Amino acid sequence: MKRRDFLKTSIGGGLAAGAALKMGGFGKLWSSAPPVAKYDMVAVMGGNPDAMFDLGIQELGGMGTFVQKGQKVLIKPNIGWDVIPDLGANTNPLLVKRIIEHCFKAGAKEVYVFDHTCDNWVNCYSNSGIEKFAKSAGAKVVPANSESYYHQIEIPGGIKLQKAKVHQLLLETDVFINVPVLKDHNSTRMTCCLKNNMGIVWDRGYWHSNDLNQCIADYALYEKKPALNVIDCYNVMVKHGPQGVSKEDVVPMKSQILTTDWVAGDAAAAKMLGVAVEKIEYIPIAHKMGLGNMNLDTLNIKRIKM
Amino acid sequence: MSSSVLRRIRIVFSTLVFIFFVLVFVDFKSLIPAKYINTLMFLQFVPSVLKYYDLKTLAAGGFLVILLLTLLTGRTYCSFLCPLGIGQDLNSRIGGRIKKKFRRYGFKRPFTILRYIILAVTLIVTLVWGVYMITLLDPYSIFARFMTYFAKPVIIMINNFLAGILGKFDVYTLSNVPVKGFPLIVYSIPAAFFILVGALSLTKGRLYCNMICPVGTFLGLISKISLFRIKFNETDCTRCGRCAMRCKSSCIDFLKLDIDVTRCVSCFNCIHTCQDKAISFGIVNFKKKVHETDESKRKVIIGSLILLFGLSRVSNGQNKTAPKPKKESTVKENRTCPVCPPGGGSIEDYNKNCIACSLCINVCPNAVLQPAYKQYGIAGIMQPVMDYHKSFCTYNCTKCTEICPTNALHPLLLEAKKLTQIGKSKFIKDNCIVKTEKTACGACSEACPTKACHMIPYEGNLVIPEVTEDICIGCGHCEFACPASPYKAIFVDGNTVHVAAKKPENVQSEIKTPVEFPF
Repeated sequence: MKRRDFLKTSIGGGLAAGAALKMGGFGKLWSSAPPVAKYDMVAVMGGNPDAMFDLGIQELGGMGTFVQKGQKVLIKPNIGWDVIPDLGANTNPLLVKRIIEHCFKAGAKEVYVFDHTCDNWVNCYSNSGIEKFAKSAGAKVVPANSESYYHQIEIPGGIKLQKAKVHQLLLETDVFINVPVLKDHNSTRMTCCLKNNMGIVWDRGYWHSNDLNQCIADYALYEKKPALNVIDCYNVMVKHGPQGVSKEDVVPMKSQILTTDWVAGDAAAAKMLGVAVEKIEYIPIAHKMGLGNMNLDTLNIKRIKM
Repeated sequence: MSSSVLRRIRIVFSTLVFIFFVLVFVDFKSLIPAKYINTLMFLQFVPSVLKYYDLKTLAAGGFLVILLLTLLTGRTYCSFLCPLGIGQDLNSRIGGRIKKKFRRYGFKRPFTILRYIILAVTLIVTLVWGVYMITLLDPYSIFARFMTYFAKPVIIMINNFLAGILGKFDVYTLSNVPVKGFPLIVYSIPAAFFILVGALSLTKGRLYCNMICPVGTFLGLISKISLFRIKFNETDCTRCGRCAMRCKSSCIDFLKLDIDVTRCVSCFNCIHTCQDKAISFGIVNFKKKVHETDESKRKVIIGSLILLFGLSRVSNGQNKTAPKPKKESTVKENRTCPVCPPGGGSIEDYNKNCIACSLCINVCPNAVLQPAYKQYGIAGIMQPVMDYHKSFCTYNCTKCTEICPTNALHPLLLEAKKLTQIGKSKFIKDNCIVKTEKTACGACSEACPTKACHMIPYEGNLVIPEVTEDICIGCGHCEFACPASPYKAIFVDGNTVHVAAKKPENVQSEIKTPVEFPF
């Protein structure tokens, strides 16, 4: 099963890469070689976001496994909402900061952070704390509020989503690190790794009106995939997601999941949230499309409690 | 005082005022705090009168200061504080550069009948009917609209150009700001005034202020008993006429050594230009003056304004690049009432007090405030209205309520604003993607800050929106996010009177902090 999945992915990726090169060669497609990590997934529980990341990334062989010297890195947290960090609507700023520090330690030339926010972007960037924390670690916090920052890309093989406009920095960077926060979602039941991509594209209204679940899975076909997914499960919004109303929506889970397989990451996240994986439609769709493995028992998972 | 110091003070002071005004209105990033803006607005005559009328407190009594100033020194307001007046002086200078003739004024007779008719009609309309005419003619509002409608987009475009260049060098201190235009028709009035005021000031100095502006005419009346005035020293004067040529108001009759105080804006150019030092600014000597009855010729100027109301083409506010769903929605939204900004209290109160100066449109970080074209009726043209096709009202924001110079928008504390219901969401199931396409969506409920709009079970695994109206505040985020087209599946119908929304209740989740990994 895994081999077949791998072949499907490679063929899909190869086709996409070929098509993209033909389109004008955005990005450096071959520079990010598939990472060779010790585990498929590392799950950490019981510490602060930064300490859990330190431990988790160490188990995966250090940030050097994913980021080479001189590379440009894109870190994509969720900064969608104009709320304070404690409400869990955005990725924990401390975690974002720690990841940036690890990237620079591994020799990254430049680290960028952005999100196409739902609320007013200036307020989101500042009230989430992410702008301040990311800048203090030396990253560039980049606007994503205007269509002029986005470029059209093709997604060959997409069933509902064959093209999208993605932020130019996704195309210009060498390594993409996906840093979603785990949350309840009113419509898809959960937002995490795959759904975090909606903050990379401009025209997400199209997704909403053209089979949201299929579009979420389709986008994962696009060749620029994350080298690493870091799922923030520190403060988890378990209801009224993805925005939340008040602190009653939040359960402190003090956990973190690091994985190279974002479908597996979403499957594990669903379990954290207590929702059956099948209920979150885009996960089985993505699994069937060969974009990852939602069967956690077939994976090599390292679990750590601090 | 007869030196040219007065003129220099006037130029420096008015330049600073003008620069501050321009900055306030092109400040697309809202960097200037509300308190500074409020200080600036305190001394604007018409806004201050309206605010005082609404609040009956001396804290809004800036106009009293202006009245006192006028009683003392004549129409100094027009030269020192009125942004439109200062702007005209600037334009007159440019006019002089283009053609020397434009800056040689000479004495002209006043348009007495025309200006008093305009003042009287404005007063009557304002007292009997409402602010609608003063909205058109208040000089501060006219200037403010020039800035919002014409200058700000240019500044944003320059910003975007620079941001683009900096972005190429990997610098992101400037960010691209999407320029969103207004409905075309609302440009017609500011454009007409821009041409009128621009042309008059370019070639005829302060003719607009002395022929049309009701504030100018009103302050001119008070100036008739002002204490300090421009005076001639008859023995020193050689009747050279230089002062009359330099008088922007064309109000110096040098042969009779007479200055028309109702038109003099205390610019002190005459003092500066007089080679015989025969003109000074000082306490008036009350002497009898023989007045001639003026036979003013009327000129048709306002007629052109009325023509503009005939324009009907209105641009569509919808984002043109927005992707469309496959099936078009079929049920038209039944909008019974426009949505007026928070702090407005009620549509009626708001319409009564707003002079459409567009300051709130400028400070709104989300650009949800748009000039109305027909939402409030023809009289409410250009008054700001919430346009949820353009944007939505940010939950954590009270900016527009903090800076309204006429108190058409009352200041609201953030906690109060979050519970102020300016409209209610209405869900149209037959337009909803979940029903028409049978796929998941939930864009509206995702956006809802109070979860008035939430999802309930539908067919199979699908969920569909439902609205709890009493906790909805009418922010419009749901309507903005809804991808249904051409008609939205959820829209906000305005409240004629704003009411308090219920606070959203929330209970602690039953899910416990895990001690083991569930996988």
